[in-house]
Amino acid sequence: MDTTRLIIVAVGGQGNLLASKVLGEAALANNVPMHMSEIHGMAQRGGVVESAIVFGDAKSTIISDGEADVLVGFEPLETLRALNKCNRDTVVITNTTPVPPFTVSIGMGEYPDLDTITAKLEASCAKLITIDAAKLATEAGNILAVNMVLLGALVKTGKVPIDATKVEETIRTKTKQAFVETNLKAFALGAAAAAG
Amino acid sequence: MHKLLSDTPGKKYLLLGNEAIARGGIEAGIGAATTYPGTPSSEISLQYFQISQESDLFFEYSPNEKVALEVAAATANAGVRTMCMMKHVGLNVAADPLMTLAYVGVKAGLVVLTADDPFMFSSQNEQDNRYYGKLSGLPVLEPSSVAEAKDLIVYALDLSEKLQVPVIFRTTTRINHSNAPVTFSDMQPRVVKGDFQKDPMNHVTVPAVSRNLHVKLLEKQAQAAEITETSEYNFVSGSGKWGIVCNGVSYGYVNDAVEDLDAAGKIKVLRIGFSNPMPAGMIADFLKDCEKVLIVEEGEPVMEESIRSIAQQHGFTMPINGKAEDLLSRLYEYNPAMVRDCVAKYFGLEVKADSKIDLSDVPPLPMRPPTLCAGCSHRATFYEIKKAAEGMETIYPTDIGCYTLGFLPPLKMGDFLICMGSSVSTACGFSKVTDKKVISFIGDSTFFHSGMTGLADAVFNNHNFTLVILDNAITAMTGHQPNPGVDMEAMNLSGYGRISIEAIVRALGVEHVTIIKPYKVKKSIGAIKEALAYEGVSVIISQEPCTLYAKSLKQLKPRAFTVTSKCKNHRDCINEIACPAFYIEEGAVKINPTQCVGCAVCAQICPENAITPLKKTG
Repeated sequence: MDTTRLIIVAVGGQGNLLASKVLGEAALANNVPMHMSEIHGMAQRGGVVESAIVFGDAKSTIISDGEADVLVGFEPLETLRALNKCNRDTVVITNTTPVPPFTVSIGMGEYPDLDTITAKLEASCAKLITIDAAKLATEAGNILAVNMVLLGALVKTGKVPIDATKVEETIRTKTKQAFVETNLKAFALGAAAAAG
Repeated sequence: MHKLLSDTPGKKYLLLGNEAIARGGIEAGIGAATTYPGTPSSEISLQYFQISQESDLFFEYSPNEKVALEVAAATANAGVRTMCMMKHVGLNVAADPLMTLAYVGVKAGLVVLTADDPFMFSSQNEQDNRYYGKLSGLPVLEPSSVAEAKDLIVYALDLSEKLQVPVIFRTTTRINHSNAPVTFSDMQPRVVKGDFQKDPMNHVTVPAVSRNLHVKLLEKQAQAAEITETSEYNFVSGSGKWGIVCNGVSYGYVNDAVEDLDAAGKIKVLRIGFSNPMPAGMIADFLKDCEKVLIVEEGEPVMEESIRSIAQQHGFTMPINGKAEDLLSRLYEYNPAMVRDCVAKYFGLEVKADSKIDLSDVPPLPMRPPTLCAGCSHRATFYEIKKAAEGMETIYPTDIGCYTLGFLPPLKMGDFLICMGSSVSTACGFSKVTDKKVISFIGDSTFFHSGMTGLADAVFNNHNFTLVILDNAITAMTGHQPNPGVDMEAMNLSGYGRISIEAIVRALGVEHVTIIKPYKVKKSIGAIKEALAYEGVSVIISQEPCTLYAKSLKQLKPRAFTVTSKCKNHRDCINEIACPAFYIEEGAVKINPTQCVGCAVCAQICPENAITPLKKTG
């Protein structure tokens, strides 16, 4: 099958590893070949966490600059930082809620204007979908469900070879029971936002 | 039941590389596993730690890698299949037992797993541990994928048993930390008890014995050289007049490159999975029809040097290249596009043009380096030391752990670091030859790992510095593993001892020992000042559990603070301690209540007393 390369970038603690795991389990349940690569360890102490997921027959587990078909950014600054992974045909989905790095608080840099970020993303790639994931996660009942909102938006684009129903089944079986309903709601809100 | 104990041959699971490796050990029937945790190897041990709690598997977190390998040497020599896991630099610590265990050998299979870290995602160097194979004379195996890693572990234990030597299993981060579907196979019965047969003329390495053992090791190497020639883990795929030899993750990149460049039929690929000794005959056979050969291996030119030497022995004159300025680098990790471009360039193939994005108008983006967590007690200790040492000219040797991050601004507490334990020993040297006040930092786990010997040196040789032991009651950075100072009862685990760091420090002869609770700012600064004024070796033990760990045990119930209207924007809180729970909104300092754990350190340093507990609403 054709290869689809997906990059997910987030700030440590935003739950992108769980989102990747749900996608991976859903792919396994669908018999879709898949490899994914994560960064653990010191990189997780509030730094950037990146997952690379390759669907299809390619053997590489990481994604080179300019080769992502889809980029999902859990934080707008990090989405822009990962633009080097994209090309003119890439579909980009970004959360619009900033999580400023502490370097900004101590005056070691300035957080770019949100409109500047989205304008650059829009001008560079095939399609940009912006989602206020924090708002939708709160609406779903848990601010921490940002990952499920963005997962919903991603699956809705049809850019990854996995059905929404398979992902929902995986959310039911592979996320914490106490959060399943909230997660499903967040997933549905994300999908609706991407469609609208 | 633990997922990796499932007796479900044929079933596919989505596994992390490190889980696949651990499953390989279970399928091979290992009865013992030892480790010192280190990224990117740590999740292998985590599986065995969990499995040992519900089975008869013997597993231990050892104080360091040397101890882990020596324990493993005994279990394997008593006939129990064993795995010993560590990160690449850990094998430096275990190099002493490794080199002579190669002579003594093993009775049951022993895999020494080294997790190398090209690009240094979480390491202080990117040494290529394949050289340990050449140095010790032991076989080296290297998987190219997560699924292969599981099966190769079983092969490694069989090979070790057959040759009666330990086998080095070398992974890289992208194997350890990738996920992929893995099919479970049958499990061999676990054997946890063995017997040790006395044979001092083969086990006690006095010179007369070792002279014979070295001869035996060379014989085993000759046997290994025969086995590698027909090993299923060295294989050729494709055909063509050009050749590529590769190993590890590079095999995936090479395969994708051949596909992307439409080079099938032009390029054949030799994948080396059993890399020491190299399969010389197989390589000669591969080379002989090649017009041109490229070696693709991350790290050092280990295979390249071997292959050039094999070519020379056979009188082959085709170009053989790998590491070069304009080809492949010895630095960092490779990636698919880089390998594809090199393959295209070397063989004169055309690369399809891609639709690159112009990044020149992206504004400079603020960095997001890893940082100490909100409420981390290390931040408080660093702040207090800095205050107590005001006016002194200082040198701050530091060590390996979360607290290494204290070297970043605004704390800037960390001036020198080479390896685990070096904070203590380098303090001895710095204090001897400079007139500056030397204050070094080490964590609890690192102190047990290799800080104690440095402290013995300091006391015996009468050095003059202050050692700060940052005791957060767990091995935090690698994911909260136990160490000898940890209260295992808090994890609901019984049957462990517990060692007091204070008792060790006193027993080592340190006369000035201070215990501080770093969340009490003023009191701590006063106590630190006294310790710094002491002539000789003084030790400060800063005790406060890791906030992440305490939260996971429900020992810590976060109670957020807030910035009230009394704030006059001095920003001492941000500029001096830079806790990530702070942010600026419309020019005013705010605290993110979901991040704040309520350590109250900022509240104690605020000149206006403007930071107070957030009143619960509703």
